Amino acid sequence: MTDLGWWGVPIAVLGGALRVSTPFLFVSLGECITEKSGRINLGLEGILVMGAMTGYAASYTTGSPWTGVIAAGFAGLLLGTLHGLICSLPRVNDIAVGIGLMLFGTGFAFFLGKPYVQPKAPTLPAIAFGDWSSVPQIQAALKVNPLFLIGIALAFLLAWAFRNTRWGLVVRMVGDSSDAARAMGYRVNTVRTLCTAAGGFLAGIGGSFLSLYYPGSWSEGLSSGQGLMAVALVIFARWQPVNCFYAALLFGGAGSLGPALQSVGVTSGYYLFNAAPYVLTLGIMIATCSTRRSLAGAPGELSIVK
Amino acid sequence: MALARTGLGPAAEALAIPVGALLAGVVLFGLFVAVLGQSPLEVYGLIYKGAFASSFSWQNTLSRAAPLILTALCVALPAQAGLMVIGAEGALALGGLAAAVTGHGLDGAAPLAVKSAMLAAGLLAGGAWVAIAAALRQYRGVNETISSLLLTYVAIALFNHLVEGPLRDPASLNKPSTHPIGAANAIGSLPGLDVHWGLGFGVIFCVAMYVLVFHTTWGFGLRIVGGNARAARLAGLPVARLVVLACFLGGGAAGLAGATEVAAVHGNANASLIAGYGYTGILVAFIARQNPLAIIPVAVLLGGISASGGMLQRRLDMPDATVLVLQGMVFMLILASETLYGRFRIFRPREAEVATPAGKPA
Repeated sequence: MTDLGWWGVPIAVLGGALRVSTPFLFVSLGECITEKSGRINLGLEGILVMGAMTGYAASYTTGSPWTGVIAAGFAGLLLGTLHGLICSLPRVNDIAVGIGLMLFGTGFAFFLGKPYVQPKAPTLPAIAFGDWSSVPQIQAALKVNPLFLIGIALAFLLAWAFRNTRWGLVVRMVGDSSDAARAMGYRVNTVRTLCTAAGGFLAGIGGSFLSLYYPGSWSEGLSSGQGLMAVALVIFARWQPVNCFYAALLFGGAGSLGPALQSVGVTSGYYLFNAAPYVLTLGIMIATCSTRRSLAGAPGELSIVK
Repeated sequence: MALARTGLGPAAEALAIPVGALLAGVVLFGLFVAVLGQSPLEVYGLIYKGAFASSFSWQNTLSRAAPLILTALCVALPAQAGLMVIGAEGALALGGLAAAVTGHGLDGAAPLAVKSAMLAAGLLAGGAWVAIAAALRQYRGVNETISSLLLTYVAIALFNHLVEGPLRDPASLNKPSTHPIGAANAIGSLPGLDVHWGLGFGVIFCVAMYVLVFHTTWGFGLRIVGGNARAARLAGLPVARLVVLACFLGGGAAGLAGATEVAAVHGNANASLIAGYGYTGILVAFIARQNPLAIIPVAVLLGGISASGGMLQRRLDMPDATVLVLQGMVFMLILASETLYGRFRIFRPREAEVATPAGKPA
């Protein structure tokens, strides 16, 4: 390794942002779809862990990491549907069900994932964008996973779809005024359940990234609240899919600050630097929320901003 | 909001529906176990054996129930004010750390004074931490569910940093810990039981909070805030103060749980303090429908279930996460059962006009 001194920190943070942001991106896009329809799913943390476990197990069993990604998506789809159906019952609180799903998903994943802690599953390949450079750190930083690129494309696609398609309009209408949607003859609960299921699918894929690329193995301590931070991230992104992408990059960068500093020899305060994304999330929420008005761009039916 | 209905409505309904959901969860878990090729009856038998069959298992169960009672209060008290706080784990960690530091710092003073100071320090640290989430919600409109969980991650990072850094006892080589509080300052067992005083504190705290919430004007005001904050404000109630104080008391309970774990079990603050009691406490509070008195039996039940995890692992070679699956299933069914309230005619009061709330989730 070439000695870059302190220059190593921004390069490692950049590389980390490209790597660490992918699960944030997928989970926040999923949550964006769910919240646009007027419901909130705090259980994406549980879905993320379940997706990570399923993806790893499927990749190990079939030998193909991409099968793992798809399997993780379907595991997320199932849990998302579960959340959507339970919340469709009258007088059931979506925030509480989210907390329940968080505990259920992680517990279930730990239970089923026990046999997969040891074996090594094939992981996803990376595309090397840094071969022009002779500096190994830059080469390492610019290794990009295809899922990251798919995520970017998805963010722009969703932004377009919300604005320009019939489906996008229906979802937004259900999220802004269930009365209006009902008057137009749409089934509010069906739309919301489908949106929660779609959100679960994306969150499951986000989880498979954790176990199949970075950190690239399955263990019980794999996720540390990324699923929950993504919920806050959607608020920060003002429910705009493209903003979710920028916010995910920012969170990924904050999340890789601790390891980046450690790589140049700053080891004291390791835990504190690792807490940077949480502090950042809190700071952003304090700065942007207000008691007097609901947030600009917020779906009108969302319980969390009412 | 659905949570605030606790204590209202016929008591029989409030008992029958959670018990029914609990039993449904147990049956569902039995099916799950059967699919995996184990005999459900054998699993139930082992859970009973590991939880309640002998004096040793009772002791194990009650020692686990003690922190659960206190962390469940951290959910139930804010819920009375209409807040959904899930930050008990962080309050517990910081409460335990504060108690350990206080105990070591005052070592040598009269043991009773040291013990009281440790408990007070734990209570204050945990209370202040959760009160932050309440203040953020009240003055900045930040959602308290998200902020309290984020604060938990920050608290655990702070805990790890301090325990492995500035506050580390150099003598703790393999397992980083703070300096020991000293044997004289350890909190002993309840008279006649082999269970530490944390259980006693939990029961006392629950009874006190029950009286406070349901039999004082302060508690009445708090429940009005939980029912309708706007109406409470129009009635001239000090909404912000009530909400922050309710969260302070809840966080204080969780901090006290950490303090008693340190003072009675571990003897110093180390990573084994962060054992998930804060998260199981959420489940306890929801099964108990946020009622402080109902928390006590529910915590004993769930303490028993988690105590039996080791037995399932040893006898049937099932993963230790088995009890997490059971808890998760029960949790989802308990939440889904919210929809059943008011649907059964036998629970409906005669001649009363029951206003059904609007059909959308609050």
